[in-house]
Amino acid sequence: MTTPLPRWADLLVIPLLNLLLAFLVAGLVVALIGENPWRALTVMLQGAFVYPGSLGYTLYYATNFIFTGLAVAVAFQARLFNIGGEGQAAIGGLGVALVCLALDPYLPVVLVIPLAILAAAIFGAGWAFLPGLLQATRGSHVVITTIMFNFIAAGLLVALLTGALMRPGQSTPQTRNLDALLPKVHEILRAVGIDAAPSPLNVSIVIALLACVGVWLLVWRTPFGFRVRTLGESEPAARYAGVAVPRTVIVVMCISGALAGLMAINEVIGAQGKLVLNYTAGYGFTGIAVALMGRSHPVGIVLASLLFGALYQGGTELSFEFDTIDREMVLVIQGLIILFSGALAFMLERPLARLLTPRARLAHG
Amino acid sequence: MSAPPAISLRGISKRFGAVQANDAVDLDVAEGTIHGIIGENGAGKSTLVSILSGHYGADAGEIALFGESVKLASSADAIARGIGMVHQHFMLVPNFTVLENLQLGFAKTRLLKAGRKDLLARIAAISSAYGLEVDPFAVVERLPVGLQQRVEIVKALIGGGRILILDEPTGVLTPDETDRLFESLGVLKAKGVTILLITHKLREVMAVTDNVSVMRRGKMVAHRQTAQTNREELAELMVGRAVRPVRNVSPSANGEVVLQVERLSVRDETGAERLREVSFDLRAGEILGVAGVAGNGQSELLAMLAGLMPPAAGTVRIGAREIGAASPSDPAEMRALGLAHVPEDRRREGLVLPFAMRENAVLGYLDEARARRPWMIDRTRMTGRCQALMDTFDVRPANPALRAAGFSGGNQQKLVLAREHGASPRILLVGQPTRGVDVGAIEFIHRQLLALREAGCAIILVSVELDEILALSDRIMAMNGGRIVGIVDAAEADRQSVGLMMAGVAHPLPTGTAEPVYRDEAIL
Amino acid sequence: MAEAWLDLMQILASTLRLSAPLIFCAMAGLFSERAGVVDIGLEGKLLMGAFAAAAAASATGSPWLGLFAAIAAGMALALVHAFACVTHRGDQIVSGVAINILASGLTVVLGIAMFSQGGQTPPLSRPERFGDITLPFTETFADIPYFGPFYAELLSGQNLLVYLAILAVPITGFVLFSTTFGLRLRAVGEAPEAVDSAGYSVAWLRYRAVLIAGLLCGIGGAYLSIAHGGGFVREMSAGRGYIALAALIFGKWKPVPTLFACLLFGVLESTASRLSGVDLPVIGEIPVEVILVAPYVLTVILLAGFFGRAIPPRALSIPYVKER
Repeated sequence: MTTPLPRWADLLVIPLLNLLLAFLVAGLVVALIGENPWRALTVMLQGAFVYPGSLGYTLYYATNFIFTGLAVAVAFQARLFNIGGEGQAAIGGLGVALVCLALDPYLPVVLVIPLAILAAAIFGAGWAFLPGLLQATRGSHVVITTIMFNFIAAGLLVALLTGALMRPGQSTPQTRNLDALLPKVHEILRAVGIDAAPSPLNVSIVIALLACVGVWLLVWRTPFGFRVRTLGESEPAARYAGVAVPRTVIVVMCISGALAGLMAINEVIGAQGKLVLNYTAGYGFTGIAVALMGRSHPVGIVLASLLFGALYQGGTELSFEFDTIDREMVLVIQGLIILFSGALAFMLERPLARLLTPRARLAHG
Repeated sequence: MSAPPAISLRGISKRFGAVQANDAVDLDVAEGTIHGIIGENGAGKSTLVSILSGHYGADAGEIALFGESVKLASSADAIARGIGMVHQHFMLVPNFTVLENLQLGFAKTRLLKAGRKDLLARIAAISSAYGLEVDPFAVVERLPVGLQQRVEIVKALIGGGRILILDEPTGVLTPDETDRLFESLGVLKAKGVTILLITHKLREVMAVTDNVSVMRRGKMVAHRQTAQTNREELAELMVGRAVRPVRNVSPSANGEVVLQVERLSVRDETGAERLREVSFDLRAGEILGVAGVAGNGQSELLAMLAGLMPPAAGTVRIGAREIGAASPSDPAEMRALGLAHVPEDRRREGLVLPFAMRENAVLGYLDEARARRPWMIDRTRMTGRCQALMDTFDVRPANPALRAAGFSGGNQQKLVLAREHGASPRILLVGQPTRGVDVGAIEFIHRQLLALREAGCAIILVSVELDEILALSDRIMAMNGGRIVGIVDAAEADRQSVGLMMAGVAHPLPTGTAEPVYRDEAIL
Repeated sequence: MAEAWLDLMQILASTLRLSAPLIFCAMAGLFSERAGVVDIGLEGKLLMGAFAAAAAASATGSPWLGLFAAIAAGMALALVHAFACVTHRGDQIVSGVAINILASGLTVVLGIAMFSQGGQTPPLSRPERFGDITLPFTETFADIPYFGPFYAELLSGQNLLVYLAILAVPITGFVLFSTTFGLRLRAVGEAPEAVDSAGYSVAWLRYRAVLIAGLLCGIGGAYLSIAHGGGFVREMSAGRGYIALAALIFGKWKPVPTLFACLLFGVLESTASRLSGVDLPVIGEIPVEVILVAPYVLTVILLAGFFGRAIPPRALSIPYVKER
């Protein structure tokens, strides 16, 4: 805050140090329960990258995190804290499922899929619209309303999946299998003659990467993005500059919700082929860690998503390899990353700035 | 003669990052006197008294009180030593009562009830001893500013108060309230209280102090007996060179009416009426100075005219456009109508501090940066525009890529003015143009405003610095409680008559016997 | 009639039991937020407290040690929150999110490591828990109409922590509004600079407020796992920390209204199970989910200002920085 760090330190050193701290503390936890942290790390890395198909899984998880991370990051640009990625993704899933359930018996897959993708975005946006509207017009804080909306979404999905949408003749809370599925990457690879281990990785990752480019252009290259960033840095300045604050807040929340909603395509018509209860599995919250770690920048978010993808996939491996470590270890790491790179963001900044100042001054002449 | 000074500072130094706020400052204040410390913005006055009140620790130096060397590690230390501080921004909990605010610092018991009677008695004692009446059960935020300040003084005295420090105490007061404050200070001095008065207003120093010390760029540059100095000398000491203030001397242009305000009322979000039936005209080529103590509706007037607040009743006419409660405007539309706005709070409104200067150069004027594809920003154009503005208004350093936060107040204000000037406005709203700005930049800004006026721009100038208003305006409009008390020609106005109007007294016709106009004091 | 009365008493008793953890958490939030520190980490501290209580009670056989462990766990997480938000002026919401995620991971990881039961603790036996306390004279009063069932079902037969929860409200009110500490704590949430200039440490006051919040959440957690329940299960806090936060906002940051908000949300929860599958006249069958999400919906409506404005403490969520 006082002495801004050089860009490279801010973008590279700080996130890496925070990551290191998070892993150190997580390593302590592993040691505390009597296992070897180094071995746990090795297992995770192997599980994430080395075993056949593991890279596909890592990228599949990363796809989810790119969407939810972008969702949080876009809202951050307007200094809105959208904690509702979880609920928006769930409702996005509902949109996808509804479109598929209603249309896939009648329309060809190539038509249903674009509609389903659109539905994911629109439903997600819709679920963020109300918190945005309430913030813009009634001053109710999006943090609280989006938390509340997460629970309301969960309740809604329970009601629907145990009721109207439940697969006929079954008692598991999930829909019937959907027909309009996104092609899997390993299938595509095999079609062109490359052998690849099966994984749930599907073409959603391409859409995720396109979304990254889109967000970057939107935020840093368009007048709209300029207004959003102005609003995020100073609401009085935004008002002064003629930004329609309520409308901008609502639109930003809707974009954020749409991105979170898009996560549904990776799961519902990508990996699972049906809408199941709690399919969001906390990925919406992981988006917060991803956005913080990635400094709310698309490039950072892709990198952070890869990290978390690897953590999730490697974490699964942990529970196979150790009796005493569960994949919940990943949650611990995730919590620690949010703590260090989010809540304790200023902890390292000042000492590092002090460390770098003499050199920085020299560099300026 | 032999009594040790109430306050004795030796070699006080304090550094904030790259800024040496205090550099080996020495100061002696005799007991039972009123001692003024003057200096420009950023001269280090506030840092010095913050050290004296225990808010900051000094990096080096010694403090002695009544001949005894002391360490002031915290506010609590200072209070225990009998130092009471009245801050520029009141340190009161607004939704607490006066009593609760005093209990905050001085309740000695665990239970509030137990010490209540005792504290009430002490408040009553202070009130009667110094003539500082306060209602202990009043909620602070409902008190007028003058009374809130009185609460602060009582608070400062109740701690034992042998030394009272006041930091810019008159900024929020009407001239009338200021007079009453100075009367109280006289009473306190007579009872043996030592008073340190921090200000940048020379008039106040001359009026009430016994001695005065001058600070410049963190250093103490001079000590004088007030009786043996004068404003000119003090001004020169403060600035470090002879001061040639800018004045509006050319006759008014008497141009066409460009803005007509009729029976305009404005309410804030809470529904409170901040402007009440305000009516006036603004002509091309004139500067209309709006005088008033902060919080009397001037800010709302600017905000409303800039399109930031909707009118509750009445109309504003600019050309063919009539703005009313049913047809409110917005900042974008007002800009399109040829109205530019230098806002009162440049750090919060006028600039986005973390943004680069080039981005700030198009704040509110995004069209200036639009590429041929209208949905994209042309960064080359944006940078070019910023460079041009920086060159014409001598903004230093002239690097569009640097963040606004790194520029001095004067250079920040120059960029804002340059940006608004660059829109070639027909009407310019200017709020507190020289707040937190050094003298060199003040001169520059004043000259630019007068040049704009010469070019036919109509300017509304809001400032809490009465001298600035007197020096630049063609007409002066005084506001009180959201109303216009009167509008007078600047040539017929003086500090006294405008001061009375600011206090809400309708304008008495200027008489030849009034105090001479200190227009030459503009920037001080 | 007598039966309906008995029913009512039973509903109220179950309301009380379901409200108790909400009350602890809401009072915790009251301390923290009145001091200007947002606490969305109530949920995490509650969960951590629940785990620590069950783990310690199971290991030592003593519910008192369980309670003590829960308090320690709650306060430990509170310390992290204070360290991030007060010492390092971090974002209070981000810190709360981190604590919630951390707690949800740690409880399972530690649970598996300690008990190898998939994240649960072993079921606790009676002496390892806080049992229900039967007040004297229950038998004597049994035959008195109305009062008898009221005494037997509602007043008597609750566990110690339920009584403590009810007691927590007047204690909170007393501390905040009748003591000098409480006055300073509230001032720090309104105008920290005033407290600082009066010579009292803003940071230390906020630390204490946040630690008290940790303590209360810890007790709430102990209630869940070793008083109301008989052991820890994954995610057993189930959003109660968030509901408590909602209750706190609903109660406009005042102890007694907050208590009523907790009771209201408790009623909703207790009726939800009773109403499931019941066909009501006019309305028909209400899905349980609708009743369960009611607290969240009500909070959103409240926040939108339709039941009058809830005005938070002025300095809430703003880290205190000495101005230059």
